[in-house]
Amino acid sequence: MNSYLISQATLPDGSTADLLLENGVIAKIGIGIENSQAIRIDAQGCRVLPGFVDLHTHLREPGREESETIRSGSQSAAKGGYTAVSAMANTFPVADTAGVVEQVLRLGQEAGYCDVFPIGAVTQGIAGKQLAELGAMAESAAKVRIFSDDGNCVADPMVMRRALEYVKQFNGVIAQHAQDPALTHGAQMNEGVVSSGLGLKGWPAVAEEAIIARDILLAGHVSSRIHICHLTTAGGVDLIRWAKARGIDVTAEVTPHHLLLTDEEAISYNPVFKVNPPLRTQVDVLALRQGLADGTIDIVATDHAPHPSESKECEWQEAAFGMLGLETAYSIVQLTMVDSGLMSWTDLIDRMSTAPAKIGGYADQGQSISVGNVANIVVVDPSATWRVDKDLVQSRSRNTPFHGMQLPGVIRYTFYKGNMTVSQSRIVEWPKNA
Amino acid sequence: MRHLLSTKDLSYSEAILILDTAQEMARVSSSSVKKLPTLRGRTIVNLFLEDSTRTRISFEAAAKRLSADVINFSAKGSSVSKGESLKDTAQTLQAMGADAVIIRHSASGSAQWLADSQWMNGSVINAGDGTHEHPTQALLDAFTLRKHLASGTGDLKGLSIAIVGDILHSRVARSNVILLSLLGAQVTLVAPPTLLPVGVESWPAQVSYDLDAVIPVVDAVMMLRVQQERMADYFFPTAREYSHYFGLNRDRLNQMKKDSIIMHPGPMNRGLEITADCADSARSVIVEQVTNGVSVRMAVLYLMLAGASESPFAQSLVNA
Repeated sequence: MNSYLISQATLPDGSTADLLLENGVIAKIGIGIENSQAIRIDAQGCRVLPGFVDLHTHLREPGREESETIRSGSQSAAKGGYTAVSAMANTFPVADTAGVVEQVLRLGQEAGYCDVFPIGAVTQGIAGKQLAELGAMAESAAKVRIFSDDGNCVADPMVMRRALEYVKQFNGVIAQHAQDPALTHGAQMNEGVVSSGLGLKGWPAVAEEAIIARDILLAGHVSSRIHICHLTTAGGVDLIRWAKARGIDVTAEVTPHHLLLTDEEAISYNPVFKVNPPLRTQVDVLALRQGLADGTIDIVATDHAPHPSESKECEWQEAAFGMLGLETAYSIVQLTMVDSGLMSWTDLIDRMSTAPAKIGGYADQGQSISVGNVANIVVVDPSATWRVDKDLVQSRSRNTPFHGMQLPGVIRYTFYKGNMTVSQSRIVEWPKNA
Repeated sequence: MRHLLSTKDLSYSEAILILDTAQEMARVSSSSVKKLPTLRGRTIVNLFLEDSTRTRISFEAAAKRLSADVINFSAKGSSVSKGESLKDTAQTLQAMGADAVIIRHSASGSAQWLADSQWMNGSVINAGDGTHEHPTQALLDAFTLRKHLASGTGDLKGLSIAIVGDILHSRVARSNVILLSLLGAQVTLVAPPTLLPVGVESWPAQVSYDLDAVIPVVDAVMMLRVQQERMADYFFPTAREYSHYFGLNRDRLNQMKKDSIIMHPGPMNRGLEITADCADSARSVIVEQVTNGVSVRMAVLYLMLAGASESPFAQSLVNA
């Protein structure tokens, strides 16, 4: 295993030092470290951060390998500075048994670009009717702790209550996709002035907020943990804030695209902007940023959702929901939260690494940059900029809504367990069965 | 004007030019030889991916009166029903050398999407896209209003027009609100709150839930088709209650202003949004709307396709 000497990097506390990575861990931190064996990396002007941890990733394998595989998605994650992702359960077959989650875990380990933690389905076939074997998935080699029917809302309040109760025995958490199906049947975009003018069926904010309100009350009632996926509305932020003040054990995430884009993008009728939950208004965007800054929203999660081009090169209402996220997440968080002055670098580390690792219970992720910790780290250059090009993404799919945008913050190097997965902003390729 | 996708695309002077041109075209249509050689050698495709007989034949008649070659491409029995994408269809039409594509589609935005794509370089005319817009319908309505209420010239300044019914799902309403207000008319939308879109207060129109209050003060009442099935989605309790509050009937007809007119884009649900005696009354211009539709569509095709060098109308449109 190679050793790496990262020289003159800026540490999270703002000081400058050298880091020696040896045998998969951070072996030394100091000034003027000398090591003739180590590969030297000049990190002057760059920041070293703990590797990012994503709690919401669609890797599409098994079943939709034309969009993404666990390997291609892991590479996409590494390129975005991630050292851990959480594979959503809505695959084909659905990850609702120990067998499927163990397969996802194994494929992630074989790829070796980051930790791939499978998320288990809450209900069989994510159909919302009958609980999946949550215990078996928790006890499997994948040690599943996060359960979600993402893509579908666990709409039946009784099913939701039971799921919240049941996962307490292994400290699990239900990650809810908050969307009342009856209020959003056939919905295409945020309901408002823009949808009315475009003649696209509206998706009211209340469809999200009503489920959040119900589920924080349920979680409080049964004293369980709940995690709200991809919050998009100002009202949702208020509800989470209220629940936290009451001591309810709720966490919430926001996606980079909801921190930056609004429903006005739909005026182009370009389905690359079609996403579930939908892009909302500028008022919502600002409330989400504020919520993330003050800690009401705990984490950034990508909801990375690859789709083949034929699913996006069509009429809006025919197109698939979802957009790529892994490779642009860091830059958008830097742009909207750090460069804007809303958050410090310490906050960014918390929202993108420490807090998600804690929610998922992910060992060796979200650790501080300290001697002895596993070397899951990323080296970023905050002062550099780059232009997003859909044809240069690492993902198998091309559906990035940020194509053509000039963004701040370049991922220079990513290390996963001390292995370099990204070098000079390029993925380090190794054979499939290495 | 390369495409006609939305009435938003039209400036005031472009809209007036289309109406003035349509008036010239109406003269052609009423002469014994209803044909001009203007678009000879041009190929126009009627791409109708949603059932619509009246709009398709109106465009077909308009194109043929201008001597264009017309190809009808409809969803049933075509490759589209076999799952072909809009992209493949568009590229096929491009390969066949279509100068213009008139598209009717159930998906909102499909006309704009087709025009913005790099799949074909002909002109695109929106003949109704989902619940978004139907610009030539609004133009023919404006033409009809101008003819009856503004002595056939200029704009619609000072006129008051009610659009009644399912505004939420109506592309006709969207296009008309934009165009009629552009031309100076005051538009009032009348519907139950369930059939008005969220954010309607930002539209250039007034809103009322009370048809009886609006009827006596407007110069024209435009009734929209209401689908019976809407009841299943809780938009209104029963067809009977809908007719009672929002239908045009003999009592309401008697309250209408002198010289005011009744319009309907068709097809009508007689007995639901309009009773037969209103539809067939002397105030009704519903059949004439169909005639005007051909003239307006001739004007649009002429102005878009005749080519700036050979057409003073198109030249003035470019300058407009």
